[in-house]
Amino acid sequence: MMYSYYPGCTLKTKAQDLERFALISAQVLGIELAEQQDWQCCGAVYPLAEDEIAGKLSAVRSLAAAHSKGEKLITLCAACHHVIKRVNADMYSNEFVRKRVNNYLQLPKNYNGEAKVLHYLELLRDDVGFSKLAEQVRMPLTGRKIGAYYGCLLLRPSNVMNFDDAENPSILEDFITALGATAVKYPFRTECCGGYLTVNDQEANEMAANIINSAIGLEVEEILTACPLCKYNLEKELGTNTKVRIVYFTELLAEALAIK
Amino acid sequence: MIRVKITPNNKQSQLQYIREISGVNINKCIQCTKCSAGCPASARMDILPHEIIRLLQLGQVEKIFHSKSIWNCASCFVCTERCPRNIDIARLIEAIRLTIIRQPGKSKFKPDDVPGIIDDKMPQQVLVSGFRKYNR
Amino acid sequence: MPRIGAFVCWCGTNIAGTVDIEQVVQAVSEMSGIVYVKDYQYMCSEVGQNLVKTAIKEWQLERVIIASCSPRMHENTFRKAAKAAGLNPYLVEVANIREHCSWVHKNKEEATKKAIALIRAAVAKASLNTELIAKEIDVENRALVIGGGIAGIQTALDIAEAGYQVDVIEKSPSIGGKMAQIDKTFPTLDCSACILTPKMVDVASHPNINLYTYSEIESVNGFVGNFEVTIKQKARSVNLEKCTGCGICTEKCPSRKSKSEFDEGLRTRGAIYTPFPQAVPNVPVIDREHCLKFNTGKCGICEKLCPAGAIEFGQEDVLVTKKYGAVVVATGFDIIDLDKFGEYQYQNHPDVLTSLEFERLTNAAGPTAGKFIRPSNNKRPEKVVFIQCVGSRDVSSRGKSYCSKICCMYTAKQAMLIKDKYPDIEVYVFYIDVRTPGKNFDEFQRRAVEEYGVNYIKGMVGKIFPAGDKLIVHGVDSFTGDTLKIEADMVVLAAAAQAKPDAEVLGRKLAISTDTNNFFTEAHPKLRPVETHSAGIYLAGACQGPKDIPETVAQAGAAAAKVIGLLSKRKLVSNPCVSVVNEDLCNGCLSCLKICPYDAIAAKELATNNHGITSKRIVAKVNEALCQGCGGCTVACRPGAIDLKGFTNKQITAEVDALCH
Repeated sequence: MMYSYYPGCTLKTKAQDLERFALISAQVLGIELAEQQDWQCCGAVYPLAEDEIAGKLSAVRSLAAAHSKGEKLITLCAACHHVIKRVNADMYSNEFVRKRVNNYLQLPKNYNGEAKVLHYLELLRDDVGFSKLAEQVRMPLTGRKIGAYYGCLLLRPSNVMNFDDAENPSILEDFITALGATAVKYPFRTECCGGYLTVNDQEANEMAANIINSAIGLEVEEILTACPLCKYNLEKELGTNTKVRIVYFTELLAEALAIK
Repeated sequence: MIRVKITPNNKQSQLQYIREISGVNINKCIQCTKCSAGCPASARMDILPHEIIRLLQLGQVEKIFHSKSIWNCASCFVCTERCPRNIDIARLIEAIRLTIIRQPGKSKFKPDDVPGIIDDKMPQQVLVSGFRKYNR
Repeated sequence: MPRIGAFVCWCGTNIAGTVDIEQVVQAVSEMSGIVYVKDYQYMCSEVGQNLVKTAIKEWQLERVIIASCSPRMHENTFRKAAKAAGLNPYLVEVANIREHCSWVHKNKEEATKKAIALIRAAVAKASLNTELIAKEIDVENRALVIGGGIAGIQTALDIAEAGYQVDVIEKSPSIGGKMAQIDKTFPTLDCSACILTPKMVDVASHPNINLYTYSEIESVNGFVGNFEVTIKQKARSVNLEKCTGCGICTEKCPSRKSKSEFDEGLRTRGAIYTPFPQAVPNVPVIDREHCLKFNTGKCGICEKLCPAGAIEFGQEDVLVTKKYGAVVVATGFDIIDLDKFGEYQYQNHPDVLTSLEFERLTNAAGPTAGKFIRPSNNKRPEKVVFIQCVGSRDVSSRGKSYCSKICCMYTAKQAMLIKDKYPDIEVYVFYIDVRTPGKNFDEFQRRAVEEYGVNYIKGMVGKIFPAGDKLIVHGVDSFTGDTLKIEADMVVLAAAAQAKPDAEVLGRKLAISTDTNNFFTEAHPKLRPVETHSAGIYLAGACQGPKDIPETVAQAGAAAAKVIGLLSKRKLVSNPCVSVVNEDLCNGCLSCLKICPYDAIAAKELATNNHGITSKRIVAKVNEALCQGCGGCTVACRPGAIDLKGFTNKQITAEVDALCH
């Protein structure tokens, strides 16, 4: 099946691993991801103010492009996914935003939130199926204790993101299990890593520390993430501590498919 | 410290602005404190989220403008997710931040600050987010 | 033209504040047929009614117009007054200038115009009113109570004591309901079982009460005084008469996988089971889904062991149809599912309990025989945290917008029960507000704080983080603005009360309405709290909204009084506003028969003689006892052969014409 694919800036620079492993895994799994032409930066954060329109335009360009091709739009970075998914919801149900954005963009056809946005993980769960994925695993990660780290942006607010149960999610654990590893649910797996706060406050990041300690407390060896910013914050907090490794979910996917 | 406070009426326009750009009805809050109790950044806050709403209800915007809390909100949406009164607290706090940084010269994070915080692993996402959240 | 008198009510300022009464009186006096107009502050008062009565006599009024509140409110009042003055009550017409006019408008000039128009319509209709004579219908002097919890039990006992037959229908295998699960009751702390079980026995042994347990309502037909209800008795697989309640079967059943509903899943039960030892009737049922005999064909141990030969695998559901004069709905409530409140770890941790589970845990007859221990390790907890308002006062998609009303009191009770037995256990209660209106209620809650030292914290819990064998509760104390972390061993969640999931379905069968939260709607929130909008159907207990036991019992008594009042009448006056068929116009299409919701229309064969040639044709026939006067048939009738007495097509057209005038 053919999909439109939105990579995002960070994936082309500091988080190349997240993308590289995703793309080679997709090939093995028979998923055709076509990178969108002329995609633009999503803006990294969803503009929360009612009167901010400009910050939503680039997301709409990608959404409209995918829709015009009749393809689902696949995202990989948690932040990009959050922005695009929420803007899409605005275009679908917020008359004020829809009108202004369409007036500004003057697309060949007005866009009204029709496109379907899927995160790569949702694609694996809903379109491929984790049981099908498990069948494709060549090198099961047997015995490895892996803790999923969800962070904020994929889950919340759940009425828009519709990704999983915001308080008790399971998609990443199901993914880990499909790869043959042992999924460890630790209490802080859906807490915030501190996000962009590093810009405002360079002092110790107790939010990231709580997550790491919670995972180490249950003997997690690898923490799985879908977000470059989470990975950065957690690794920065980890420093030289080698008890646990922060890893992109796509890296483990490629490893289990024996193509890393 | 000022002990006796008189509910100010000269901040109505700012209050109205916050209401408008957040789209939040602060009168829906029953002060249950669920937002504050779940806030992962509360350790960095001098005023807790439920107190911010209470101060807004009382018209005490000045106290909020001078707090650390609004700059230490990570927009993680836990408060919004769990609020039993359907108040989008994340949007409300964003609106307060914008009320300040949209004023000339009030940006919290400027291009000159970048060299001081950047390291070779920092994803672009951080800087873009920083400028979106703290700069206009 | 009949002689018409009009009476314009001010309703204090309710009408007079928005409608210019003087102008209305002036305009009405000029309408054709009007011979008398009078306005008064409160027309429904004795003085007002006397004005009407006197005028009828003095002015020989043939029609009376009352311009006042909705006819739902006082039509009956004025019909009675007219009757007392010798006028047929159906010659009275109400123009609703309050709910339909003054209450919904602000502009006095416009509202006055509208009031005049509404009265003009009433005058036009009244001119065409005819005298109607109400008939009498029989009353079946037996009542049906749906639900066998404390509400149903009390209602049934009160009705039975008055000398009437009552059938109680209960969905589960035993009566007792939620109250049977509870340990102690507030505000007196007496044992729930001690005050409930004697009543359960009374129900079972009362000569006027007939129990249908493990049964459901299949369908309801008929109307006040004459309901016809079909009851489905689910196959119990145990013969009610033969069983002696010895309990051998339940003890020896090899299937032990089912969770006990009565013990809130805190222990398992056999596939053949009695919900609890004091069950009424003390006769087990077989849960066919989990029974080995029903699933594999093998086993049958219970049948072999039963000394009374009471096991009957071949039983089937039985339908019973009976007639009742009145019905009381007492189906109770449930607590909400906590699946959506993941932050409290209810699904993930055995030491996070609902309040109802806690009741079983402290109950001497419960799964731990009253020993207060943590389900995870069977050790006594040292710190217990209660969280109130879990899903209550919650307008988000996961909660209920209302206050569940009972949680503040039962939480205080539960906290006290712990402190009373184990003073060394630390107890915390997180709350948004403590709401304790009720006799001796606030004193009760204060005792928890002042005498027992329960720590009440005004604030909510954000999330619970399990760590080792502790539950770290992250909360806030809103008075100090401090964030708190409490290392608890047990957390008890006061989950919101909610309507029974099948309330709407039952409501549809009974033709009674439910509110936005699926609780049954009372006829009037203040003045008719136990009646529904369907005559002869009453409400008792938490099916109408969350209620504690004292309130439920009071409401049950009130519902019983209503039923007794109804059943004590040998005859009821029927509504004369029923449909009539003009057989000359009826073409026998029977569209009316199909649309009638009360099965009040049947086909009738008519023999006609046309110049010596006899032929037969079909026409519709209305059963006046069954017709409720909804008027659906008059609309469905293509040749216009059906008319509703009191609301004939001519009358309606006259009203419309007058309005458009």
